[in-house]
Amino acid sequence: MKLLCCRRLAVARLTLSTPLDVRVLAKGMSVGEASAAFSAAYPEAGGIVSFLGKVRPGNDVRALELTHYEPLTKSGMDDLARSALERFALDGILAWHRIGVMVPGDAIVLVAAAAPHRRNAFDAADFVMDHLKSAAWFWKRERRAEGWHWIEPREADYQDRQRWERR
Amino acid sequence: MSVTIVFLGPLADLANGHELEVAGPLDWAGLLRAVGPDIAREIQADRVNVACGGSVLADKKSLQARDGDEIALLPPVSGG
Repeated sequence: MKLLCCRRLAVARLTLSTPLDVRVLAKGMSVGEASAAFSAAYPEAGGIVSFLGKVRPGNDVRALELTHYEPLTKSGMDDLARSALERFALDGILAWHRIGVMVPGDAIVLVAAAAPHRRNAFDAADFVMDHLKSAAWFWKRERRAEGWHWIEPREADYQDRQRWERR
Repeated sequence: MSVTIVFLGPLADLANGHELEVAGPLDWAGLLRAVGPDIAREIQADRVNVACGGSVLADKKSLQARDGDEIALLPPVSGG
């Protein structure tokens, strides 16, 4: 009984808005709590897919900084989440993105999609990530030993996003 | 009153700052003059978007910023 009580408390500490929960976070990201709250918010879902993007170690990366343009970022992410909700007939979607300075291993982005069937949940998470990579108002730079370097989107990032235009 | 120009991402390095205040109103030709030749060259490329008053312009050359507006210069993004 005690364990059940605590689990409920842990879920209740974080309240998600449904069916869209979109956030731009200046610090920290409670990935476990978000995942638990998301699952609890959609008891009717048959499948939940989540993607967690992290700062990759290696390449001498000491830190990574994400900046954004506040007047456009949140509303653009809201539009993206709404289009995923409609396109993939989701029960709900969560899209959280960090800004600020992070170190290798830190979470940058969390996307979760709840749907009656798994395929729509997989596709929706993929769709939202492809758009967050190259069509949301964020700029990324890495600090290596000799200084800061801006990260340009790769051609593959554009191609990933274009896949959704042909369908 | 004036127009605020905001430099995002790598454009802030090139501009040596995040913001510039100039007298309004400001059109596309006025913007190119206000930001100087290096930034002007960058923002003329198709891959750079321009927002005014919180909306991305479909045609940046149609810019008509009034006093109090904020113009954002948006180079290619890299999120996720």
